[in-house]
Formats: sequence, C-alpha cells, structure tokens
Amino acid sequence: MLDKVDVLIVGSGASGAAVAWSLADTRMRIVCLEQGDWVKPTDYPSNGRDWEARLFSDFAINPNRRARPTDYPINDANSPIKVVNFNGVGGSTIMYTAHFPRMHPSDFKVRTLDGVADDWPVDYATLEPYFAENDRMMGVSGLAGDPAYPPHQPPMPPLPLGKSGARFGKAMNQLGWHWWPSDSTIATSDYEGRARCINLGHCTPGCAQGAKASTDITYWPHAIRAGVELRTMCRVREVTVDAQGMASGVIYYDAEGKEQFQPAEVVILACNGVGTPRLMLNSVSAKFPNGIANSSGLVGKNLMFHPYALTYGYVDEPLDGNHGPPLCLWSQEFYETDRKRDFVRGHTFQFGRGVGAIMEAIISSNAGRLPWGDDHHSVYRKLLNHRISLSAICEDLPEEHNRVTLDPDLKDSSGIPAPRLDYTISANSLKMMDHGIARAKEVLTAAGASNIAVESPILNGGWHLLGTARMGTDPERSVVNEWGRCHDVKNLFIVDGSIWVTSGGVNPTSTIQALALYIADSIKQRLANLFD
Amino acid sequence: MIIPASAVYDVPGADDEKIFDDILRNLERDRDDIRRALSHLAAIGGGAFADLEADHRADVTKAFREVGGAPLAALVRVVLLCYYRDDRVMQSLGQEARPPFPKGHVVEQGDWSLLDPVRARKPMYRRVD
Ligand SMILES: Cc1cc2nc3c(=O)[nH]c(=O)nc-3n(C[C@H](O)[C@H](O)[C@H](O)COP(=O)(O)OP(=O)(O)OC[C@H]3O[C@@H](n4cnc5c(N)ncnc54)[C@H](O)[C@@H]3O)c2cc1C
Ligand code: SF4
Repeated sequence: MLDKVDVLIVGSGASGAAVAWSLADTRMRIVCLEQGDWVKPTDYPSNGRDWEARLFSDFAINPNRRARPTDYPINDANSPIKVVNFNGVGGSTIMYTAHFPRMHPSDFKVRTLDGVADDWPVDYATLEPYFAENDRMMGVSGLAGDPAYPPHQPPMPPLPLGKSGARFGKAMNQLGWHWWPSDSTIATSDYEGRARCINLGHCTPGCAQGAKASTDITYWPHAIRAGVELRTMCRVREVTVDAQGMASGVIYYDAEGKEQFQPAEVVILACNGVGTPRLMLNSVSAKFPNGIANSSGLVGKNLMFHPYALTYGYVDEPLDGNHGPPLCLWSQEFYETDRKRDFVRGHTFQFGRGVGAIMEAIISSNAGRLPWGDDHHSVYRKLLNHRISLSAICEDLPEEHNRVTLDPDLKDSSGIPAPRLDYTISANSLKMMDHGIARAKEVLTAAGASNIAVESPILNGGWHLLGTARMGTDPERSVVNEWGRCHDVKNLFIVDGSIWVTSGGVNPTSTIQALALYIADSIKQRLANLFD
Repeated sequence: MIIPASAVYDVPGADDEKIFDDILRNLERDRDDIRRALSHLAAIGGGAFADLEADHRADVTKAFREVGGAPLAALVRVVLLCYYRDDRVMQSLGQEARPPFPKGHVVEQGDWSLLDPVRARKPMYRRVD
C-alpha cells in the first residue's frame, strides 16, 4: 500500500489543474492521478505536413476514433451528439478551441427568472473574484466594455479581427445586433513564459507555439513547483469507502498496469461530466450499492451538452481561411429569455473564420457541393478560403432521462466498464436551434454569403459535458453541496462540469475553472472542520 | 474517378503515383471501411472498375456516390487528405507547401472602429438583483 496523502485529485484537466494549484499553498501532500500522459509541443500536428490529416487519427477529437491506449471508449450510439474530449495532462484543454466566455449573472437564477430547472446555490457575484483569478492564470485576451457582461478587464488585447471578422462585424452592425471580440485563452502578447499567437490556425488539436492556454502549460508548472505530485498513466477504477462511509482512497492501475491502492484523507474528482459519473457509478460498496455518493440517484443523470447549430456560407472574395485562431467573435444578442419566442433561455453565437484545404474538401464533398470529375477543380477554387460560419451554442436544460450509465459490455483497456450515453435533444433546445439557424442565415446573407448550409446538431459536438452530479442544498435533489462536497461522503469533492445545475449558453471552461478555484478556497477556509 | 488531372490548373490527378502511394500509406483506421467500399464498387460495376468502359464508368460512379454510405465517405476522405497536401496541388492553390509551425501566418488586425455602435449600447445583460 502506498503512503496516505492529504488530498488526492483524479484528473488533471481544466478543473483538476486549477484545484491542485489553489490547494498547493496549504502545504498539504497533494497527488493527482491522470490516466493519460504529457503531450510534448513537438507532437502537435501543426509541426508537420500531415497537420490536417491527424485530426482523423491520433489527434481526432472523438475518443472512439482517436483510440489511444490512454483513451476510454464511450458507447454513444443512443445520442445524436457524440462526446469529444482529450485524456492526458491538461485534459480536454489540450483539444479545446480556447473560446472563453463566462456565464452571465442570469444563468445562475433560471428558476427565479424563467421558472425552469433550478437556481444554482452560488451566483455570479460569488464567483467574480475566481473568474478574475482564473483569467490571470490562464491568460485571457479580450476587450473590456462588452455591454453583454458585467465589467471585467482581460489581461491581454483581443485576437485580430481579420478579414472574416470585419465582414461579420459589418453584417452585425447592419442588422443592429450585438457582437464583440471574444474572451479567449490565446495569448496575444508574450505572457508568463508563453509565446504569443502566430496564427498557425490549428488551435483545436493543440498549439505547437504554446500560445493556447492548456492547463499543462498554465496551472501545472506552478502547481508542480509548489509541491503537487502529478502521476501520469494512472487510471482510477474506483473510489473506496471505509466502515464509516468516508472515502478511504482509490484503486488505480499504474503505468505498468499494476493495481495500486492510494489512501487519502480527501478525494477530489475532476474527470469531467462523463468521466466522473462513470467513476462514481463504478465505485460500488455495501454502503453505496448504486455508486458512491448516489443516495439521490442523480449521479449520471441530467447530462447537458450545448447542442450546436452550425450555419455557414461562401463569399465571393478569399478571406482568412484557416489562418488565425478560428473563434474570435461572439454575439449575445439572443442570449436572454424573450417571451415573444417559442422557447425559454437563449444562445450565444460564436463566429468562425474558415477551415484548411483538406477540411474544406472533406466537408464540401460530404455535403455534395464538391463534384467528382472534371468540375472538381473549378468548384473547389470557389470554396477554399471563401467560407464563413457561425454556431448557436444553445442552452440545454437538465432532464433526468439524459444520462450516463455504465455499459454492460464495453470496457476500456484496463477492464473498467465504459460509459454509455442516452441523450435526446429537448423540444426547447430544438426550437432554440431553429431560431439560431434562422438568425444565422440573416447574418450570412447580410455578410454577402451564398450557398448557405447547416449542420445541426454538430455531430461531433459533445465538447461541453455538464450536470451529471449536480450541485444543490437539498441532498435528495443534488449530489454535492454549494461548495462541491458530496452530501453523502464528507471527504469527497467534485470540481468538474458534473456539478453544473444548468448549462448557460456559453462555452463552459471559464466557469468550470472559476468554480474549481471557489471550491478550493472553500476547502481552505474550512480546513479545521472540513468534515462537519 | 474522384479527382482527375487538370492541365488548366496544372495539377495531377488523385491517381498520380506519388499521391496514390501516400493514400496507401495512410489507410490506417479506415482500412476496413475502404476494403468494404472497394468491394461495393466492384459489385456495382460487375468487375474491376479500371477495366470498365468509359461510359459505364460514369454510371457506376454516380450509383456508387449515391449508395456508398460511411465506407465510401472514408475512402473519399483518405483520398482528399492525401491529395490536398501534395506540393504541386498546394502550389496551384496559391498555398505555401509547409506545415503551419513555426512560421505561422499573418492575420490583419482589422478596423476596430466597427465596434463603435456596439460600444454605444447600454448594458444588455439581465439584472438579477
Ligand atoms: C474539441 C474541443 C473543443 C473545445 N472547445 C472549447 C472552447 O472553445 N471553450 C470552452 O470553454 N471549452 C471548450 N471545450 C471543452 C473544455 O475542454 C472542457 O470544458 C474542459 O476541459 C472540462 O474540464 P474538466 O476539468 O471538467 O475535464 P477535462 O479537461 O476533460 O479533464 C478530465 C481529465 O480526467 C482524466 N480522467 C478521466 N477519468 C479518469 C480516471 N478514471 N482515472 C484517471 N484520470 C481520469 C482524463 O484523462 C482527463 O485528462 C472543448 C473541448 C473539446 C474536446
Ligand atoms: S493560431 Fe495561435 S493559438 Fe492557435 S495554434 Fe496557432 S499559435 Fe496556437
């Protein structure tokens, strides 16, 4: 048996890294177990001529396609949206596109304001200092003064508008609709040892320049210097409990595949909205026959994605193509509930620049736009670098039938049951998506685009994994309390997107990390009586 | 069948030896699907595609594109991802034949005065207190 540690964190992604760094100043013995490995900047696709091709192999965003030994399979057959992630140091931030909006104050109060779902037990004002701290640690670029948000000051200037951004800006002005340069965790100046963005334009499968803030190059170097131990290639099978029903540690498989037991005073789960319920449901004991901390029966339930409605078109002049970070503008024009519409809540538009030569060919071929044979070349030349796009990021509301369970047959390479998803898009979300598509067509038309096409929902668009171990004050209606501690197990915490009560209509990582920092602070303030 | 050579654009076809070798080296995760697609193509054509008469080929191609499904999509994808990184093709498209890193690209800053009407808007987020 290994020596007991004070704090054991499972998962080194967006939230695991933030909580590890924040707790490091307590001088407790902290270990993080991560099933994946470090990714070297020289491994990233943009180093080689096969940079686009690797999106379909070892840097595919869908783990079932990527199928690295460090990935776990996911049975997603019963979901119109497939989960995408990355398993390694930095977690899914290795693969994220660095669009970094915060949730809005209204997102935490949907029951009070709109009579749907539940209010959060925390609010924007409580999280505000943690948003700011996280912006500093991750390094956010953006522009102060956005009327869609309470005032805040990103530490770096915004990403360039480029040709496509300017076209969108003019179109939005013509329609009189809100738009603003996005907050983004892409460094626009040299920042804390990170080099500035040089517009490689292939941010999603990792940034060779180190300009994109994945947590392996932001939080982790600080946390490790402060004494946190990060053990890679260690896949946790279950959280164990003692006779009192407290978490006693975890059983995991080390880099050699050997089973280990790591005892701990406190266990923190940071495996994301699919990995965390999977691990909890697999942690079965006499005390918790349905999975650890699951007396509410809600572990795995209320899975929320943000269904993405993508609309794109082609203009008559070449624009930026794949040059530059793909996401640089947002619009919150349709964010808040408007009773005149046939749905509640709303969506963000994120605007996209363009895609590379191969992606253009593949997407247009699949859509039947790009012919085979003699016309292929002339048509292709009208498409390449002429694309502009925008996606409505739609707020999904929690529904218990949308869930993660353990697959009875499918297992990962360590023999641990794989997660299975059962998910349908709600009527409210579908109406919101239709609304987003209709407005997006107006924007594209105003921007001079034709040949307009839609992908809705984006099939490989399950990047935001939320709600499967929700927060609340009532132990019968929630899994963790208002500061991330499991109601049933007082030394077990959850800090990833699982704890979300509702999903907002924005990319979630800024808020996931602010919550992780807030939970770490709550732990620090209560160290003397943490388990009361 | 998919991408023929073109004198107008000065590009090889996807059946060019160098590109074809690249395709063969990159079947990887798609090997099974591609095998399925090729046997489907042979079944539709009633024999090896290369041996068919030109007229018949066009009909077979059309039918294959309509019914090929996921295996065909995998085949086309591998062809496209090898074709659209060939130096000669990149050159014809006016693209530099190099990886993005380390040289990067230039993206213009743009005219930020476009934001003036939005800056002038009153706060539009919903108040909660
Ligand atoms: C393609 C893509 C694009 C995205 N774009 C954006 C964007 O633009 N903006 C945005 O806000 N968000 C984006 N996201 C989402 C963002 O990456 C996630 O919201 C964020 O990383 C979630 O943080 P997390 O800590 O909950 O989990 P993750 O970052 O996913 O980390 C979980 C970690 O836990 C590890 N783990 C899981 N199970 C175990 C186990 N049993 N044992 C040991 N380790 C385990 C995993 O290996 C992983 O490293 C994107 C995601 C993807 C995949
Ligand atoms: S565009 Fe910037 S952030 Fe994206 S990969 Fe290139 S250097 Fe990195």
